[in-house]
Amino acid sequence: MGGWAIAVHGGAGVDPNLPMERQEQAKQLLTRCLNLGISALRSDLAAIDVVELVVRELETDPFFNSGRGSALTAKGTVEMEASIMDGPKRRCGAVSGLTTVKNPVSLARLVMDKSPHSYLAFSGAEDFARQQGVELVDNEYFITEENVGMLKLAKEANTILFDYRIPLGSESCSAGVESPLHMNGLPISVYAPETVGCVVVDNQGRCAAATSTGGLMNKMTGRIGDSPLIGAGTYACDLSGVSCTGEGEAIIRGTLAREVAAVMEYKGLGLQDAVDFVIKERLDDGKAGLIAVSSKGEVAYGFNCMGMFRGCATEDGFMEVGIWE
Amino acid sequence: MGWAIALHGGAGDIPLSLPPERRLPREAGLRHSLHIGVVALKANTPPLDVVELVVRELENIPHFNAGKGSVLTTDGTVEMEACIMDDKKRCGAVSGLTTVVNPISLARLVMEKTPHIYLAFDGAEAFAREQGVETLHSSHFITPENVERLSQAKEAKRVQIDYTQPLHKDEKKETPDADGDSKLGTVGCVAVDSFGNLASATSTGGLVNKMVGRIGDTPIIGAGTYANNLCAVSATGKGEAIIRGTVARDVAALMEFKGVSLKEAAAYVVEEGTPKGNVGLVAVSAAGEVTMPFNTTGMFRACATEDGYSEIAIWPNSVEN
Repeated sequence: MGGWAIAVHGGAGVDPNLPMERQEQAKQLLTRCLNLGISALRSDLAAIDVVELVVRELETDPFFNSGRGSALTAKGTVEMEASIMDGPKRRCGAVSGLTTVKNPVSLARLVMDKSPHSYLAFSGAEDFARQQGVELVDNEYFITEENVGMLKLAKEANTILFDYRIPLGSESCSAGVESPLHMNGLPISVYAPETVGCVVVDNQGRCAAATSTGGLMNKMTGRIGDSPLIGAGTYACDLSGVSCTGEGEAIIRGTLAREVAAVMEYKGLGLQDAVDFVIKERLDDGKAGLIAVSSKGEVAYGFNCMGMFRGCATEDGFMEVGIWE
Repeated sequence: MGWAIALHGGAGDIPLSLPPERRLPREAGLRHSLHIGVVALKANTPPLDVVELVVRELENIPHFNAGKGSVLTTDGTVEMEACIMDDKKRCGAVSGLTTVVNPISLARLVMEKTPHIYLAFDGAEAFAREQGVETLHSSHFITPENVERLSQAKEAKRVQIDYTQPLHKDEKKETPDADGDSKLGTVGCVAVDSFGNLASATSTGGLVNKMVGRIGDTPIIGAGTYANNLCAVSATGKGEAIIRGTVARDVAALMEFKGVSLKEAAAYVVEEGTPKGNVGLVAVSAAGEVTMPFNTTGMFRACATEDGYSEIAIWPNSVEN
């Protein structure tokens, strides 16, 4: 065992009717990001630097729901969030409510490295961004025509769905989850896979994880999901690095990312068994997926929904990019 | 078996020399809040309602760092956060509140009236207005003690810089202030009834002199607040350490995966899982046990169980006795 390993994801919950062309585009983007991470690892870059590098690439490309291409709030604006965690010493940084920061994951890194805190949000985070001199752009930069269209559909779907909606306050936090083709209360054709993420273990056995997102399409302004929450969407420690995606509320309640590491630590399970256990036992009615690496150089992923955009590679030459089971 | 309740008013560097005028009102506050919780449990009020009720009391008492009496950001403003969770893992959280009189109740409304778990800043304030909860001008929450604490904290930082002590991220030593209790963090309550229903609630103004927009452990499920069918936990102390240590979740995880008792799990997390001087917590189990460990100088705390036991304390029991 040993050696480096890397995994990336572009969201769990994929429309089975996604046109082949889009599926190809997704796979090419994942491959490109994977290769970026692989060259960095071959140049002995530390895990924490690799995850940041790769997630920056995913944020910059408008294809997935992070940075440019983020899902829109109910007001038609973009509010981005991200978190990053460094396994050794479990240092972490997170941001929410960003509207002008070009690369949220890098601001999360700065929170970790250059502030006395772990999590900054909204105008405080934007002020910090200005102080740190990171690249800032207008909110319009992040908005794509496609997502403007999706937002309209989501609002229409909500109007229809609302009539049949299971009364809020029932066990499942996401209404309308019975039909397998719904996620977060939206039909799968309208629902935007929520996040991008990357997990890495470098050739010194150090794990790191990072996650970034625009959040839920048509979300209430100020809504925070799982991506910036340490232990929910992102986690890294001496044993592993984990990044999750899917229904944010289910991931939060299941403290999913922490769970993988806890099960390894307290139950002695190996990485794949831990991932399988968590996906099977910790999601209740929720739909989600995750990618994970272990300090031993292993990589694993799991999801309980229709598809997850992902890619993974290990030092011994293994490489795979996929969408479906 | 039977009901149990525990609550805290913050763990930190509470000096043994704390003068009576700072100690007595807080002890009275703990006693009063405990009493309210006990009366409610005796009347078969569900734990979720009990913890909300008790934390509302603590938020209203200006001597604790939550609601009125919240510590101030570096800009001299108040930004409050809170979180509530029950054994079915339903949860709600809020951050960045500036006018909401009882943040814990808004967290509950997020849980019950939205498809989300966590709302923050302007969005949370807008939701508060939609819901018609009580709001007051932010000056309501600011107390003279906290204005003083902020100015001492700024002074201490200035002194630190003069001495050019490098700020090590992991240690984050703050020069002790004159009254020594500036690190006070959060209020919280956990409760269980005789049916094993559990709930946890935590509320705070955060860290003195914090950067505007800083979020701590309190609203982060699994860090400052957690509940499932085994136990309910509310943590207090240095937010950054509690987040990194996923403190509240780990207590429950140890019980579940290692089969240890509530007391053992909580002791392990506080003694082994987090650096000294950073953390305290209160927890109850489905079986009606209570534990209140801390690795700081002191923790304002109180608890009671159905068999008649009750306790109100600040320093370790060995010191109090």
